[in-house]
Amino acid sequence: MNARLLPFFATVLIFILAYAVCYMQFPAMLSTRVAGNLLTDNAFLGIVAVGMTFVILSGGIDLSVGSVIAFSGVFIAVVLRDTGLHPLVVFVLLLAITTLFGAAMGLIIHVLQMPPFIVTLAGMFLARGMAYVLSVDSVPIAHPFYEWAQNAYWLMPGKGRLTLIGAMMLVVVLAGVVLAHRTRFGANVFALGGGVQTARLMGVPIARTTILIYALSGFLAGLSGIVFSFYTSAGYSLATVGVELDAIAAVVIGGTLLSGGSGFVAGTLVGVLIMGLIQTYITFDGTLSSWWTKIVIGALLLGFIMLQKLLVGLTGRRMRAPGAH
Amino acid sequence: MKGGAVRFLRRIAPQLVTLAVVLAMIGMVFPGFFEISMANGRLYGSPIDILNRGAPVALLAIGMTLVIATGGIDLSVGAVMAICGAVSAAAITAGYGLAATLALALGAGLACGLWNGLLVAVLGIQPIVATLILMVAGRGIAQLITEGTILTFSDEGLAFLGSGTLLGLPTPVVIWLAMGALIVLLVRRTALGMLIEAVGVNRRASMLAGVNARLLVVTVYMVSGLCAALAGIIVTADIRGADANNAGLFLELDAILAVVIGGNSLLGGRFSLVAALFGAVIIQAVNTGILVAGFPPEFNLVIKACIVLAILLVQSPALQGSRLLLRKGARLS
Amino acid sequence: MTPGEGQTLLSARALTKSFPGTKALDGVDFDLRAGEVHALLGENGAGKSTLIKCLTGAIRRDGGDIVLDGRSIDPRDTLHAQQLGIGTVYQEVNLLPNLTVAENLMLGRQPCRFGLVSRKAMNSQAREMLAQYGLSLDVTRNLDSYSVAIQQIVAIARAVSLSGSVLILDEPTASLDRDEVRMLFDVVRGLREKGLGIVFISHFLDQVFEISDRITVLRNGKLVGVRDVAALDRLQLVNLMLGRELAEETRHHGRTGIDYSTEPRLRFSGTGRRGAISPFDLAIQRGEVIGVAGLLGSGRTETVELMFGAAPMDSGTVSMDGKALRLASPRDAVAAGFGFSPEDRKTSGIIGDMGVRENIALALQARTGWMRPVSLRRQRELAQDYIRRLDIRTSDMEKPVGQLSGGNQQKVLLARWLATNPQFLILDEPTRGIDVGAHAEIIRMIEELCTGGMSLLVISSELDELVAYSHRVVVVRDRAHVAELMGEAITSESIVQAIATQHGATATGQAAS
Repeated sequence: MNARLLPFFATVLIFILAYAVCYMQFPAMLSTRVAGNLLTDNAFLGIVAVGMTFVILSGGIDLSVGSVIAFSGVFIAVVLRDTGLHPLVVFVLLLAITTLFGAAMGLIIHVLQMPPFIVTLAGMFLARGMAYVLSVDSVPIAHPFYEWAQNAYWLMPGKGRLTLIGAMMLVVVLAGVVLAHRTRFGANVFALGGGVQTARLMGVPIARTTILIYALSGFLAGLSGIVFSFYTSAGYSLATVGVELDAIAAVVIGGTLLSGGSGFVAGTLVGVLIMGLIQTYITFDGTLSSWWTKIVIGALLLGFIMLQKLLVGLTGRRMRAPGAH
Repeated sequence: MKGGAVRFLRRIAPQLVTLAVVLAMIGMVFPGFFEISMANGRLYGSPIDILNRGAPVALLAIGMTLVIATGGIDLSVGAVMAICGAVSAAAITAGYGLAATLALALGAGLACGLWNGLLVAVLGIQPIVATLILMVAGRGIAQLITEGTILTFSDEGLAFLGSGTLLGLPTPVVIWLAMGALIVLLVRRTALGMLIEAVGVNRRASMLAGVNARLLVVTVYMVSGLCAALAGIIVTADIRGADANNAGLFLELDAILAVVIGGNSLLGGRFSLVAALFGAVIIQAVNTGILVAGFPPEFNLVIKACIVLAILLVQSPALQGSRLLLRKGARLS
Repeated sequence: MTPGEGQTLLSARALTKSFPGTKALDGVDFDLRAGEVHALLGENGAGKSTLIKCLTGAIRRDGGDIVLDGRSIDPRDTLHAQQLGIGTVYQEVNLLPNLTVAENLMLGRQPCRFGLVSRKAMNSQAREMLAQYGLSLDVTRNLDSYSVAIQQIVAIARAVSLSGSVLILDEPTASLDRDEVRMLFDVVRGLREKGLGIVFISHFLDQVFEISDRITVLRNGKLVGVRDVAALDRLQLVNLMLGRELAEETRHHGRTGIDYSTEPRLRFSGTGRRGAISPFDLAIQRGEVIGVAGLLGSGRTETVELMFGAAPMDSGTVSMDGKALRLASPRDAVAAGFGFSPEDRKTSGIIGDMGVRENIALALQARTGWMRPVSLRRQRELAQDYIRRLDIRTSDMEKPVGQLSGGNQQKVLLARWLATNPQFLILDEPTRGIDVGAHAEIIRMIEELCTGGMSLLVISSELDELVAYSHRVVVVRDRAHVAELMGEAITSESIVQAIATQHGATATGQAAS
């Protein structure tokens, strides 16, 4: 068996075990109702985490996504408030903006050859700043289309609701899986994560791939912003602070190597669900405080980073054994 | 020695010029900006205010400079500030004396640094990944200590560290200046600075030359933790309460920014603490400038984004070649 | 259209390329015929890699023409060169270890249906491609689950399938063992029969003689000559490369004059590390030079890493002047008065961004500890002293070492250790990749140092060199010390024999004590 699959299986196993523990304590948790809520509550995180998976697979990082989600919410709310545009038109505008924004960061990373960490840091400041500039206060969204979207769901057996935004996340994950594992672009992303110099020598279009990766992350952050605005019916420039960290955590817990080159989009979904499950458990329990979420996620991060370190160490040793040095 | 002084001035010249330009721009908009007055044995005025408000970032920048010099990064400093602030507030309300409270808070910072350092140096985890763990979990730990509330206290001794006056200056200013001077002396009067730089440029080669790279790396993360603890104490003392959610939020990014504005390479190696401290002051001057110029504070982040972009252009290895040509051209003409 | 056997496939005329301060290529001609293996030889700095880089577009030439298949070409970059028909495989396999074998072979041209990659078709195409080379692998496994030799063949398969007329192999055998080299050469011969033109670059003269049809020798950026291998012997070739009668200068057997009756300075007893080097015994006297011979990957570097504490030993003891010595880290070794100049100068030796002065002072500073800094004045004195004594060519002592030439970097490393006044100095390939002049100086230095009472242990692939300065030679093979030759018994032939002897048989000369 390929050792690189191990983190993914570990993720799935942890999810199943965690769910089993939850079920034993609160049998009500094994219902389509809870499952539907899990998907709905984590839809925006799941969507943005798919974008983050591509970025991390390529060996990069995108710190700007939390700010972009906040910007998206404020942008939608302000434009809907001040113009008569239909939300769908606003969405197209917004997605164009966030995609271009991501592409611009990718371009800067490629052209200036600077660490993605610092470039997307600038992006983080810029997006959050623009959100503030649009509006400092929370702007409510009231539009018939929003009412429709918020109430659109498919009733699953067991009275659980698969909401529109939950379904959107599943579609995005599915599209992400296909894009990562079944297209040339996906192969190029993995190639970049394996080593930029080598990828260049092998004919991978570095510039195009880098720009596309960050454009994709920007696009999905915008989409996540739309979903988040459905979820909260408002745009607020102080919202989703630190979501980039949650997304990175979900990707790592999902079994993707933080240094790039190895991982699975499907794992990211499981990572998001594990994080959501912890929150659900805390809500069910009622006595535990919300900060335990952060501590448990930190512990999970530590566990997965150790596991990956171990695996990389093992394959690394095998590489060196017949080698020269 | 004279050559050394010239080299030092040349090294920090870009930061000095930047600061002068920022201050001059503020001065043009707001002519009374540089007025400093003395009242009740303490200096007052906007420049003093910049130094005072810049204290947390300046302190963080000290530790961050050393960490970055070894080729690392410490994302956890903001969360460590929250933890140490929470510890100090919890300890003082629990009836510990000031000395014991400070010892506990600083000890917590050192422990956080030790944790990061062990992950990086002993387990060999990439710094950005290793410190991410504490960055995520740290605020949870801080909330655990404050039990989710803003933990307030009324101890005058602790509050003095945030809002008191020492030697005619606000206490935080004295603390960061003293800490800066102490660490500068420590790294430059001993061989620490050179060894840190060697490890930052080529860790393996340094180890093979007999340098105890592991210990050095752990040490710089502990210094970073200690600086974060001081910053956390100051912030907590200033508002007389520990806010686990907001104390030090995003300050890790400001600290990294200060280090980079100080002309230190993110890839590690050569470093200048003084330049990084100027970087911290520049950031605060820009913040204050935006306020006094009457711009909405929301512009702050946009301007910071522009600063990062400018630094990217200056530091970019891709543009290094063309800059070399420019310099060569300048010398020829 | 492929040209027939023996026709000129690729030809370069009057290539020139200058770098600041040096003329790397000076009007060099080069011809490659279809169906031949053409070795490109020369000392480091002779212009081999510049020539290859010009042919593959990695750098732009200043002047001259390149003609491929009768058409004048001007490759923009390696990728373009590949499209034109010139493929290159480097020593460090330039494929991606995190992708599967099939993905590596098919990257950029994966078979697609409706825009989606068909993994099944991709894997079967990859299998077919490798079958031509007699390889039957699980192509869905990651590349890094295979040995370097297999990876190299995968790289060749990719290069050939993409370019198809010229294949450049740049030091492909450097990290392979004997069997792997044989496997690789079978592949190369197969390609030769198919009419490819193959350029082969190697430091191993045996391999050059084994596989090549013709040889082009460069020296100092100029073409020295083109010869048929059939009409050339080793001595002639070495003379072409070095431009002088080197053989006359070297002694034909090792040195003598060490008193083995006294207590040795250092004694390694049963020291070893599983998976790296089997336990070995070695005692080293004052003023003795011990040569270590063995092929790359034989365990020679592992031996010295163990001796320096850079890799922990899991068995055995060490004593110095009769007293037990703990070697758990390089720091212990440095504290005991050891020095170690590693094989890979760039990654393990120099601190590239730091100046000559600080690089020289580093080991001394590490030994005295951070509390007691070596004063700037003392550092300057040291630097000045060694720059003069070792003739280090640098504009000033603050110049970053990364900007010096390989030979001068090696001298800086030597100076770093000499500044600590070591008792025992380990040099791993000290003369690799440096010019002839610096080479001779370093050998002279080794002889001088041991005369002064220092004990040295030197690894080298250059057997003549080992013979010239060693009192004893330890031969390493298959991760074990297999023979120890002493004094008059040390000759190039006896070392080669010891390296080549099959496992289990006793080597000529003295078996390991």
